[in-house]
Amino acid sequence: MNATTKTIARADVQLMPIVFAALAGAMLLLASGYAQASVLHDAAHDQRHAMAFPCH
Amino acid sequence: MSQKLLTSAVFAGLAAGLIAAALQFYFVIPTLLEGELFEGGTRVHFGADGSPQSERGVPGLGGEWGRHLMTVGFNIVTYVGFGFLMLAAMALTEMKGFTTITARQGIIWGLCGFIAIQLAPAIGLPPVLPGTIGAEVEARQAWWLGTLIASGLGLWMIAFVRGPLALVGVALLAAPQLIGAPRLDTYWGVAPPELAAQFVTYSLGAAAVGWTCLGFFCAYFWTREA
Repeated sequence: MNATTKTIARADVQLMPIVFAALAGAMLLLASGYAQASVLHDAAHDQRHAMAFPCH
Repeated sequence: MSQKLLTSAVFAGLAAGLIAAALQFYFVIPTLLEGELFEGGTRVHFGADGSPQSERGVPGLGGEWGRHLMTVGFNIVTYVGFGFLMLAAMALTEMKGFTTITARQGIIWGLCGFIAIQLAPAIGLPPVLPGTIGAEVEARQAWWLGTLIASGLGLWMIAFVRGPLALVGVALLAAPQLIGAPRLDTYWGVAPPELAAQFVTYSLGAAAVGWTCLGFFCAYFWTREA
């Protein structure tokens, strides 16, 4: 019983940061590569072209 | 453990982003600025006399330091973002017992990241010089996102799934290319084809180095004994 609880707790601790890291990565990429808001688009323009993100 | 995941991604993204930015300013950005001369009409290829000939030569980087600083900044944001995703994939793969990550193995992860995120989408949607008109941006973004997810998952399956099921990975790599990227019915390019081709190869070359470095640094910081 005790061991099961511990295993689940350890799995939680490991999985949550991974999910958080994946979400953080997705948010950053949304801003740098995907968002069409014109201020963001203009600032990231050259980098988007260089990285071949679909731009405009 | 969780803090190490985050700091590794930030350090790796910072290092790879700066290396990629340096390569971009040597190779990619000058070509991009030369493309803008044709986009803006300062230079004309395919002139009114029907001649497909125009002056060659890159303009200097110019004095737009704010613009170039933004390019460096967004490179770092982009590579840190990809670093988070790569480390999430590495940590998940390790947690599920498929492999033990090493710094040398990180180089392979980086190369596969390049193939999935840069090369596979570029097969259908080549990096474009400014001034090139494409299909609806939403349709291209959807194909691009679908392609990099399918390609990344496909490569992961080929690397870590045992047995015939690994062949699903091959299908995932091929499917987006067989479906094909959204295209226009006409050509619109005003820049010389040589310049557009050079831009594509420079862009992919810089990304290949950036991604290889990202994979190595992610794995290096992640596995380093603190």
